[in-house]
Amino acid sequence: MIVASRKPISDIKRVLARHDKVAFVGCGTCVTVCLAGGEREVGIAAYATRMARKIDGKPIEIEQVTIERQCENEFIEDLAPVAQRNQAIVSFGCGAGVQALAERFPEKPVYAGLNTQFLGILEEQAVWTEKCLGCGECVLSDFGGICPVTRCAKRMLNGPCGGSTEEACEVADPPRPCAWQLIYKRLQSIGQLENLERIFPPKNWAPSWHGGARTVIREEHRIAAPGKKSAAG
Amino acid sequence: MIAAQAQAQPAAAKGECKIIAFCCNYCAYTAADLAGARRMQYPPNVRIVHIPCTGKLEMDHVLAAFERGIDGVLVAGCLEGGCHFMEGNLRAKRRLEAIRDILEEIGLGRERLRMVNLSASMAPTFVQRVQEMIDTVTRMGPSPLRTPAPSAPERVGTGGLGPVVPGAGD
Repeated sequence: MIVASRKPISDIKRVLARHDKVAFVGCGTCVTVCLAGGEREVGIAAYATRMARKIDGKPIEIEQVTIERQCENEFIEDLAPVAQRNQAIVSFGCGAGVQALAERFPEKPVYAGLNTQFLGILEEQAVWTEKCLGCGECVLSDFGGICPVTRCAKRMLNGPCGGSTEEACEVADPPRPCAWQLIYKRLQSIGQLENLERIFPPKNWAPSWHGGARTVIREEHRIAAPGKKSAAG
Repeated sequence: MIAAQAQAQPAAAKGECKIIAFCCNYCAYTAADLAGARRMQYPPNVRIVHIPCTGKLEMDHVLAAFERGIDGVLVAGCLEGGCHFMEGNLRAKRRLEAIRDILEEIGLGRERLRMVNLSASMAPTFVQRVQEMIDTVTRMGPSPLRTPAPSAPERVGTGGLGPVVPGAGD
């Protein structure tokens, strides 16, 4: 899931300087699970922002609403009256959610309440780690389900580099486990150590974000006539 | 219900600081009760809110109290390791630390919120902590979020005898 963290209140206050009636919109999916932008977190941010503005002598009215997902039109439609009666929206969704709201309410400023960080999983209560950077050409099958592209600091496909100490990566700060150590142990436990004998060529980064912002189209599910140009860039 | 109680203002002379003390049922509230039974004197500027465990306290409750103009919040729970619900006080400690960071960031000051730990028999400690909190908050000054109290409505009528009802008892 997408993991994000709330921006400092001072940042949120700064972008709202010219407004006195705004809506804080939360998202009920990824950012609720990572405790950054759900209903409760929106409430806390609203309290803090109202207090900060009152101390500055410029009170602000904040309407709080959380929708199921900010990346789906069906849920965003419910926000139309909210957008109408407020001067601006602060979205507590991930970067995709913020942009989805901005596109659907083009006359309203839409600001970001979160810093979107990575695709990851919950390791233990309130601890999330990055697992996937979305490179577009998954090699997890060859490495026992541990991604060297994301979790090796040097992005090596033919590791290890030999610099690890006591299973920790030599360059990671804060310290992280050596991904190749984990890959070796895993391949050993599933009996696929021979995978490491294969030499991988340098990674082609074109399918990743490095090749430009990506679009995925699944023609078999489209409703428009086949071959018709899509509205997406 | 906690939110409703937190909205009530403690008794205090005009201009004096006001604090709320959220006290857990098993230790802090019992200690406060014991202080009362022993007729221990402490300032009336504190409103005690009885909660089942400090772990039940939501961050919203504390923030709402500050938004309504309370000058300080004291959260009193069991001694660490002695929480009736095992780790409620430990959860509260972390949540309150996050709120202290918010209070510092918005300019209210982190010292306006404090968590203390004590056991049910520690009535003198409870009194001492309340006094410390009042001293701290008095030193910091009233909360900039205080709303002025609504002015009392003017009395109408005949100089204290109440309105005259025509034809009644003449």
